[in-house]
Amino acid sequence: MLLEADGIGFRYGVGPWVFRGLDIAVDAGEVVGLLGPSGCGKTTVARVLAGHERPREGRVLFDGAPLPRSGYCPVQLVSQHPEHAVNPRWRMREVASEGWRVDEGTMEMLGIQAEWLERYSNELSGGELQRFCVARALSPLTRVLIADEMTTMLDAITQAQLWRAVREAVDRRGLGVLVVSHERSLIDALCDRVVALG
Amino acid sequence: MNGTAAEAHPRPVRMPRVRRALGGRQRTLLAAALAALALGAIVGAGTLLPDARLTTDLGARNQAPSLANPFGTDWLGRDMLTRTARGLTTSLALGAAAASVSALLALALGAAAATLGKMADAAVSWLIDLFLSVPHLVLLILISFAFGGGARGVAIGIVLTHWPTLARVIRAEILALRGSEFVRVSRRLGTSNLRIATGHMLPHVFPQFLVGLVLLFPHAILHEAAVTFLGFGLPPHEPAVGIILAEAMMHLSTGRWWLAVFPGLALLAMVRAFDVLGDRVRALLDPRTAHE
Amino acid sequence: MSDLLDIVDVSISFTRYEAGLRRRTLRVINGLSVDVRRGEVLAVIGSSGSGKSLLAHAVLGILPGNAHLSGSMRFVGEELTPERQRRARGREIALVPQAVTSLDPLMRVGPQVRWGAPVNGNGSQAEAQRRVFARYGLTPEVERSFPAQLSGGMTRRVLLSTAVVSGASLIIADEPTPGLDPEALAETMRHLRELADENKGVMLITHDIETAVTIADRIAVFYAGTAVEVCPAHDFLPDGAALRHPYTRALWRALPRNGLAPVAGAQPSYDDLPDGCAFRARCDRATSACAATRPALRSVRGGMVACIHAA
Repeated sequence: MLLEADGIGFRYGVGPWVFRGLDIAVDAGEVVGLLGPSGCGKTTVARVLAGHERPREGRVLFDGAPLPRSGYCPVQLVSQHPEHAVNPRWRMREVASEGWRVDEGTMEMLGIQAEWLERYSNELSGGELQRFCVARALSPLTRVLIADEMTTMLDAITQAQLWRAVREAVDRRGLGVLVVSHERSLIDALCDRVVALG
Repeated sequence: MNGTAAEAHPRPVRMPRVRRALGGRQRTLLAAALAALALGAIVGAGTLLPDARLTTDLGARNQAPSLANPFGTDWLGRDMLTRTARGLTTSLALGAAAASVSALLALALGAAAATLGKMADAAVSWLIDLFLSVPHLVLLILISFAFGGGARGVAIGIVLTHWPTLARVIRAEILALRGSEFVRVSRRLGTSNLRIATGHMLPHVFPQFLVGLVLLFPHAILHEAAVTFLGFGLPPHEPAVGIILAEAMMHLSTGRWWLAVFPGLALLAMVRAFDVLGDRVRALLDPRTAHE
Repeated sequence: MSDLLDIVDVSISFTRYEAGLRRRTLRVINGLSVDVRRGEVLAVIGSSGSGKSLLAHAVLGILPGNAHLSGSMRFVGEELTPERQRRARGREIALVPQAVTSLDPLMRVGPQVRWGAPVNGNGSQAEAQRRVFARYGLTPEVERSFPAQLSGGMTRRVLLSTAVVSGASLIIADEPTPGLDPEALAETMRHLRELADENKGVMLITHDIETAVTIADRIAVFYAGTAVEVCPAHDFLPDGAALRHPYTRALWRALPRNGLAPVAGAQPSYDDLPDGCAFRARCDRATSACAATRPALRSVRGGMVACIHAA
């Protein structure tokens, strides 16, 4: 298994457990769904798996070793709100070169227009901004993508466009994907297998 | 509900005519031009008006404003316009110097608190609270007195009392940035600490610093005037607005209104110009409002 | 002509700075016409940036200061001037806010909702608020709670209460559903439907077509700042064959259950709107005629469509 979570649990301070004893595994070239109602802790699971938070118990292993604490993380997270994931004082050109220089093919597939590169994030719509976040996360160095309600706020066509680009990376170079969503129909359309939470 | 969003931004579609004709940037330029003009006029008048206008001329005592003496003359026959301009020049030089040093102090302490760990944060926060818990003016008088009073005492007093608010803003800004989603994401994309500091944090902290600096000016100037007015600041032989106002107080009941009104208005106008300029600069440096 | 809200040929532009002092006018909503009738739910669907939220802000009169509006908006037959909007806002036209953050975190829920109730002969504001709370199954304990103490479901019902307590005849719900699980979604939709059945008009702004179809009477599809199709909701069922505009059909095909089929490219930016049809660069039916003029809304098979090829 490429990404493996072993009995992980998380809580803030001494608060109640958000989740406990969770096992999830994502292999290369595999699309796994994580389905659960809102408020059941899906987002926290996603953050722990991508190394944004450390699990309070259990462990997250990538290729058999703990996630690196510094340098490029092979597990990348794209969340529901792209406006928080982008520095508001940067032009999109700078955003698109953080981590890797997003290539023409990726931009084309995601429908990113050249003139958007000169804008700031507040000059783009949520859908336009999320395309950049997906482009940034689709670096060749990324081996597993955690998509936390990645297209929940988007219209159907943009949603389909983003997932086609992700799907392409899965088929071409064996990217592993965890689709975190509350939406059954989306998970059914995308995933090889489903884990239910909550 | 009363239209929650509606109440939060009750701006009508149709704007007043001036606002439509002048966009945000024109208004910033206007504010900057007015502030520069006021500064130029004050400093220019302070240096160009001859000393002769300040010599005692008992034949021209207590004259109401006229073409020769637009601000009138005092009880020794000195021209009030010259005195006001000289006084404001002193206040300005003192205020600018003190505010700049104070802002740098705020930057250093705020950044230290946010980045050097829990101990440093606790120490700086304690200092900030301490300074903010004592009324500004009292502290300023005490410090200025402890350093021997005079221009040096007032300057040190202003430097040491004006940093806490800005330091607190900078500390909070850096802490918020460290916890922000885009910095976390950047870390996972392998961005180095140095690049995060210079690339992500500096563009946010610098505008805060600049605006804080501009807004510190009027504060410093007002406080210098206040301390001097109360008799704890600049010595009576220095030309200072505080001194002028203090003296004018004694003559207010005699009907010589011009002694206090014109210097007071000039001080107010200068302070207000900086206030407006600070707010406009803030809007211009923020991508969310830069294009309005 | 609608008896409630009638929007005819509305355009909204913003003045913004380019480099230095050069200013430029951007047209964000472009010749848009749509209406909301009493007793119906009109769903407004479209991607982010299509202008659907902006339209809501225009109706409420809360556009930012650098916006300029032209065209006609009429509410119950009267022109919606800024003055009329001030009187209507929160009394005759109410907004169901999207987020919990619309509530004051430091104030108990009951008094917050009470504010919105009209002061008239039908009892006190507190009574009006209690009636609405009872209707939505919110107990007196909820009234005394702070927003942070409420569950997600209760918060949504409180937000709805704030709009309902005003007695407004037009209710605008801006994206009330993202991220909701099926039960919560169904509950919110049922409440909006009930309001329409009480002869109010409901404008439901959403990007979620499948949900919109379940409760809306009519659906308006926005693209690049204009309405490209306004049609009965049942045209979306069962297979979308009755849909008129190529964009609407593409939206339908892009739904997860219909195959998640994308369309290349992106909605044109408002600073670069092409002449003619805004969808033509992504449209498989585009001809040279589509580039000539912007197609106007016309009546086709019981719906309105802005496409010269629709039949």
